[in-house]
Amino acid sequence: MSALFFQYLMAGLTYGMIYAVVGMGFNIIYNATGVINFAQGEFVMLGGMIAVTLVAYLPLPLAIVLAVLATMVVGALVELLFIRWLTSPSVLRMIIITVGVSILIREAALLIWGQNVRALPYFTGTEITSLSIGGARVSPQVVWTLAACSALVALTTAFFRWSSAGKQMRACASNRVAASLCGLPTRNLITASFVLSAGMGALAGCVVSPITYTQYNIGTGLAIKGFTVAILGGLGSSLAAVTAGLVLGVFEAFAVSVLPSAYKDAVSIALLLAILFLRPTGLFAARVAYRP
Amino acid sequence: MTINRYGQVAIFLACAAGLQLAAAAAGKGFLLTQLTMSAYYTLVVVGMSLLMGYAGQISLGHAGFFAVGGYTSAVLTTLDLAPHRGSPLVAGAERLGLLLVRPDLYGGDLLVVRPVVACALAIALALVLAVLVGIPVLKLKGHYLAMATLGVGTIVYSVALGTQWLGAADGIAAVPPFPLPFGASVSGRPDGRIVNYYVAVGLLGAAMLLALNLVQARVGRALRAIHGAEDAAGAMGVDTARLKLGTFVLSAALAAVAGVFLTHFNGGIGPAEASVMRSVKYMAIVAVGGIGSLWGSLGMSVALTFLSLRGYFGVYDDVVFGAILVGIMLFAPQGLLALEPRRALAALRARLRRAGGQAG
Repeated sequence: MSALFFQYLMAGLTYGMIYAVVGMGFNIIYNATGVINFAQGEFVMLGGMIAVTLVAYLPLPLAIVLAVLATMVVGALVELLFIRWLTSPSVLRMIIITVGVSILIREAALLIWGQNVRALPYFTGTEITSLSIGGARVSPQVVWTLAACSALVALTTAFFRWSSAGKQMRACASNRVAASLCGLPTRNLITASFVLSAGMGALAGCVVSPITYTQYNIGTGLAIKGFTVAILGGLGSSLAAVTAGLVLGVFEAFAVSVLPSAYKDAVSIALLLAILFLRPTGLFAARVAYRP
Repeated sequence: MTINRYGQVAIFLACAAGLQLAAAAAGKGFLLTQLTMSAYYTLVVVGMSLLMGYAGQISLGHAGFFAVGGYTSAVLTTLDLAPHRGSPLVAGAERLGLLLVRPDLYGGDLLVVRPVVACALAIALALVLAVLVGIPVLKLKGHYLAMATLGVGTIVYSVALGTQWLGAADGIAAVPPFPLPFGASVSGRPDGRIVNYYVAVGLLGAAMLLALNLVQARVGRALRAIHGAEDAAGAMGVDTARLKLGTFVLSAALAAVAGVFLTHFNGGIGPAEASVMRSVKYMAIVAVGGIGSLWGSLGMSVALTFLSLRGYFGVYDDVVFGAILVGIMLFAPQGLLALEPRRALAALRARLRRAGGQAG
């Protein structure tokens, strides 16, 4: 019984970590621009897809690095082509544009890679290798995912807290006009936030690919989950988003243990709706990054 | 000269009749099938246009309401209730004349709900759902509302896809015709093609008249005020929450009506009707037709949906709608028809003349 419990817990934490990373990606762009980027899930998909293609020619670590870099370029292009040159666009307009961009990326992926479900090879061992942790059998890839995403979260937090570029981005987020008056290149910082967000999504997409597989259309579901997590944590706050991501992942894993798995998405979306209705400022929000 | 709304609807009906006569004269009557389907999808677009263009609210879940209407009607008119004759609910409904017995494909008898009753129940269910979803959702703004409606749409889709008695991935087939007065019926039979075309066009015309009446009355001015500045509208005494909810529910009802009729017309419904991409297409059409322009949305909807249904976009169907969304929002956020080619040309000519003057 407790082994089974642990099994669900590990599965939940794995998914939860991915949701947390996508949620943090939302937050980075939201903080910089006040825009919810509906194409966020597509970055995760692109990272996985590009890595799967490259791994046929290159060693795995190199393929992942190149996939992350390529997705960062896509993130930069999205900002440069679609966001940068609009002067004070309305929220309605920005939503529609990012929704459109997400469709274009998804359809491009469909044309390039087809409908096939793909996966990266396991980083260590194979799909039947398992480690015994606390009596439960856990795939080493789960450990990889948890470690990589934790490292990603820690590095991003450190980057924002201590590095000069991170401080500049935070300044830009808290008051763009003041930041540009101080001589900060706010436009470039916004591009940087898209690049960073795309890179995070892509890396998450790579490490989780062996377990969850990658397909051209996984983006929308991930975007909704990531948004749920960002909202649950209070939009704009990163560590809260991580906590929220883990909570959502575990909640979903246990929900699937009692409900048909076709309803898995419905469960987490119902949770999103409940939160939006009851506490749109988030569960843990002390400082609310609220923009009307 | 401006033409009042009755004149506008009359012109629309005349154009539709002209289209039918032209198709008949050219011997291409089969095109009416896709035109009829376009008209039903356009019903959803009219509701979306009210919601987006006049109430300024965004919905990524209207395919969900369409599917709720279509699926409810499909289930009620195909599910055989004969094994449940013993239950008081079924027995009571039968005594009230809400049920009827009809032969199935294999010659057996089915006890099902009357299509008219099923239609009423389908619309009622969509209304209830819209009110339940709408009250909390419409308190949210901007991207919260977009995500919440996207979530509702996704739930409807995954329930339709994951539920056995809704046909899962196959959907529901063998939905019977919807009987109309004078022996006509909403169905896909080739001999009823022209009648069905006029039924769809008539329904669209009626919805358009309703929408035009609404936006040109006090309600319409209040809605435009909400779109412009919600807080200011509230301060002026406009009951913003009630009006937004009313528009949301009305647009959901139109989507459900479209779902019911198109399901009877097609003889079935599948989960693709509930997909998020479908909702996005409705939004794209409203965007290209002009946010706040009912006739623009209607025209674009009939044209684009028809081209899409005829397969002109091929495998690039979703790409076309995605590109339309991005392109329109980047370059002409007021819609394609709001672009003023004459003014743009004049500006261009003035610039050229200035350049020429400098050169000379």
